[in-house]
Amino acid sequence: MIFYASKRILFTLPIMLGVTIVCFALVHLAPGDPLVSVLPPDASQVIKEQMMALYGFDRPYHEQFLRWLWRALQGDIGTSIRTGRPVSTEISKAVGNTLMLAALATAIGFLLGTLFGFVAGYFRDTWVDKAASALSVFGVSVPHYWLGMVLVIIFAATLGWLPPTGAGPGGSEDWKWNWVHVQYLILPAVTMSVIPMGIIARTVRALVAEILSQEFVVGLRAKGLSELGVFGHVVKNAAPTALAVMGIQLGYLLGGSILIETVFAWPGTGLLLNDAIFQRDLPLLQGTILVLAMFFVVLNLVVDVMQTILDPRIQRA
Amino acid sequence: MQGISIALAVAALFAVATLPAVKEAQAQSVLRIAMTAADIPKTSGQPDQGFEGNRFTGIPLYDALTHWDLSSATKPSVLIPGLATEWKVGDADKTKWTFKLRKGVKFHDGSDLTADAIVWNVEKVLNKDARHFAPDQIGVTISRMPNLVSARKIDDFTVELTTKEPDSFLPINLTNLFIASPAHWQKKYDALGSVTDPAERAKQAWAAFAADASGSGPFKMARFSPRERVEYARNEAYWDPKRRAKLDRVVLLPMPEASSRTAALLSGQVDWIESPAPDAVPQLKQKGFVLYTNAQPHVWPWQFSFVEGSPWLDRRVRHAANLCVNREELRQVLGGLMEIPKGTVPPGHPWWGNPKFDIKYDLKAAQKLMSDAGFSATKRLKVKTLTSASGSGQMQPVPMNEFVQQALRACYFDVELEVIEWNALFTNWREGAKDPKSRGANATNVTFAAMDPFFAMVRFTSSKTQPPVSNNWGHFVNPEFDELIAKARTTFDDKGRDAALARLHARIVEEAPFLWVAHDVGPRAMSAKVKGVVQPKSWFIDLATMSMQ
Repeated sequence: MIFYASKRILFTLPIMLGVTIVCFALVHLAPGDPLVSVLPPDASQVIKEQMMALYGFDRPYHEQFLRWLWRALQGDIGTSIRTGRPVSTEISKAVGNTLMLAALATAIGFLLGTLFGFVAGYFRDTWVDKAASALSVFGVSVPHYWLGMVLVIIFAATLGWLPPTGAGPGGSEDWKWNWVHVQYLILPAVTMSVIPMGIIARTVRALVAEILSQEFVVGLRAKGLSELGVFGHVVKNAAPTALAVMGIQLGYLLGGSILIETVFAWPGTGLLLNDAIFQRDLPLLQGTILVLAMFFVVLNLVVDVMQTILDPRIQRA
Repeated sequence: MQGISIALAVAALFAVATLPAVKEAQAQSVLRIAMTAADIPKTSGQPDQGFEGNRFTGIPLYDALTHWDLSSATKPSVLIPGLATEWKVGDADKTKWTFKLRKGVKFHDGSDLTADAIVWNVEKVLNKDARHFAPDQIGVTISRMPNLVSARKIDDFTVELTTKEPDSFLPINLTNLFIASPAHWQKKYDALGSVTDPAERAKQAWAAFAADASGSGPFKMARFSPRERVEYARNEAYWDPKRRAKLDRVVLLPMPEASSRTAALLSGQVDWIESPAPDAVPQLKQKGFVLYTNAQPHVWPWQFSFVEGSPWLDRRVRHAANLCVNREELRQVLGGLMEIPKGTVPPGHPWWGNPKFDIKYDLKAAQKLMSDAGFSATKRLKVKTLTSASGSGQMQPVPMNEFVQQALRACYFDVELEVIEWNALFTNWREGAKDPKSRGANATNVTFAAMDPFFAMVRFTSSKTQPPVSNNWGHFVNPEFDELIAKARTTFDDKGRDAALARLHARIVEEAPFLWVAHDVGPRAMSAKVKGVVQPKSWFIDLATMSMQ
């Protein structure tokens, strides 16, 4: 087990290096001016050149990359050009907010997704299956920013039951786990949960249907095991794959949804990325992409290891 | 019965839970504003995020040497004294300006405003050796006052500013130099004793200053949550009694999505939204919200190319395009949220100048001009225009450009629109029409502010502002215009300078280096509880005069 985990950790190192190269290249290859956030378009060429030199953007790309990588290895992923604040501070605050949202959205998505998936798989080809499958297809297909706007129109603008935007009446810095604050979380979390719900439901349905058709289930029933007991075996067999899918979905959600966080003005990584992109704030953009990519890599690693614990056959494969 | 009791208990719990927020709002007069910006504009004294930054984190928190008069909705917004009570250019040396400072002005931290503070604020962007040099503030400051080179204290309340060449626009430019408190910055700097690198220490001191800013404006910063909100409290000791704030607090929230802002207003989360979604305007009005609009010094144009081979080199073609667009129809398409342009500035403005060419819709005249230029329904003129799908001040670029494209078909134009990313379009504005990144376009659609003569006119028509120096994208070169600009720049009495600028504006309209399509009207929707709102003919608005009923 330790050997397997060490091997997987070792494999992640070149992936991480690749991630740093790709994220550096992507932000520098995109069109636009890296100083657009601090330099208006009407600024003269002289000022532009002066600023490019001050921020080090006049140096060759490979030199910029190596300097950035060296600092990143020491834990310094730079300072936002626009605000002058450390990128790490900006990201840690945003990640905390997105984590809160993603965890709730994943919990909702996983609970409903597995419920719909198991029900649909267990009662396959009945109206229950069709209804549950329709819901999961809706979850996968519906544009979530559209759903977010519709929910805002219904529950905030029309009924006035829930607040439409923000992370609490005083912002996320005053966050408390009470109704006054939690109500701000409901609409974005429900909107965000729809996609993982649909994906998990479809995956679990297919898995359950497949497991139920296997011979060992016939054997269990022939031995006289109750349906609840059989169900338990089905759950145990479906769990590793469902967990892997949930892990990937959590990874996606941790990246924050640019559209959902923008619609709900939720101060997470999606909104941070949106702002960094539009402001062409390269250190912030680079740092945020790097941290999110690393999250994804680490999360996949954790899921792989957990899968191995749940199903030792994976380790042998 | 039991069910009813439970429902009542839940309702009571809900009411109790939301009570503190409601009570707080009622106890104080709090104005909550949703901005279009995705983040809070910089609060360190030189705001970013375009003029929305000046509007919300510049003017309320800070003063400048000169101010815009924002007190009238009907008259043009003109220059008035701010921290300077009077100013004059040197009799012999026209590059030296003397500014007399207002006495008794205090910063929010209690320190006094003196000439030293003005010198310090100029040096923050011009003196690389100054301890408080702020590279991130250079762009938004120097680009708005390109000729300012230094500041010198004459006495405690007199300061001398020097420009690199005679420049009568300096007092107008100085509305953008917001004066921050040197003493307050020094406190932040002193608290960072553990940081050894002086540049890094200064940078961190500015970041700390931005989170706890100190200017001398009618509002003081009360709370700052990066990327989420900034709150202001009233500055009881503000020096101008007419602008002493009536509101207890102002809360500013970044909310870039128009439908979210609209929902926030409809649900009572905020009292004021900038730029409501046009299709939501009827609903907002129906629900009792008030829509404020006024002509802004804003231009939504096509800026023509004058490089060799451009179809716009012929003035008849440029005039034809300007006569071929039915702007009244476009206004209806935009739900009334635009002003019909007659030039870069409107009639009645001090720089108007009565141009001989009248920008209006006259299809027959346009077609005749095109026929005279050698075009017809069978011999059509191909033109290509760059635009973006979104962007600051661009209003609704794609539907508006498609409207213009359709309109120009009647005047024998075949318009190809190339939609590119906003930052790429913005950057290309200074690369110019000759640059390969212009993709062979003959016009570009970048909107601009027209508050200041340099930004409204000079940068588009001077031979010295051709790319990459500034935004004369189309390489419009005409010695007559260079002379008019030089005359305006070196006329130092206000009336004489305005008359020279009026001559320049009249000639610009006559030569038509633009297709003038629309002026924005700066729509903002507010709760009827917000009183004392004056929306001037400006990009800015004064929060200090407002109150909550």
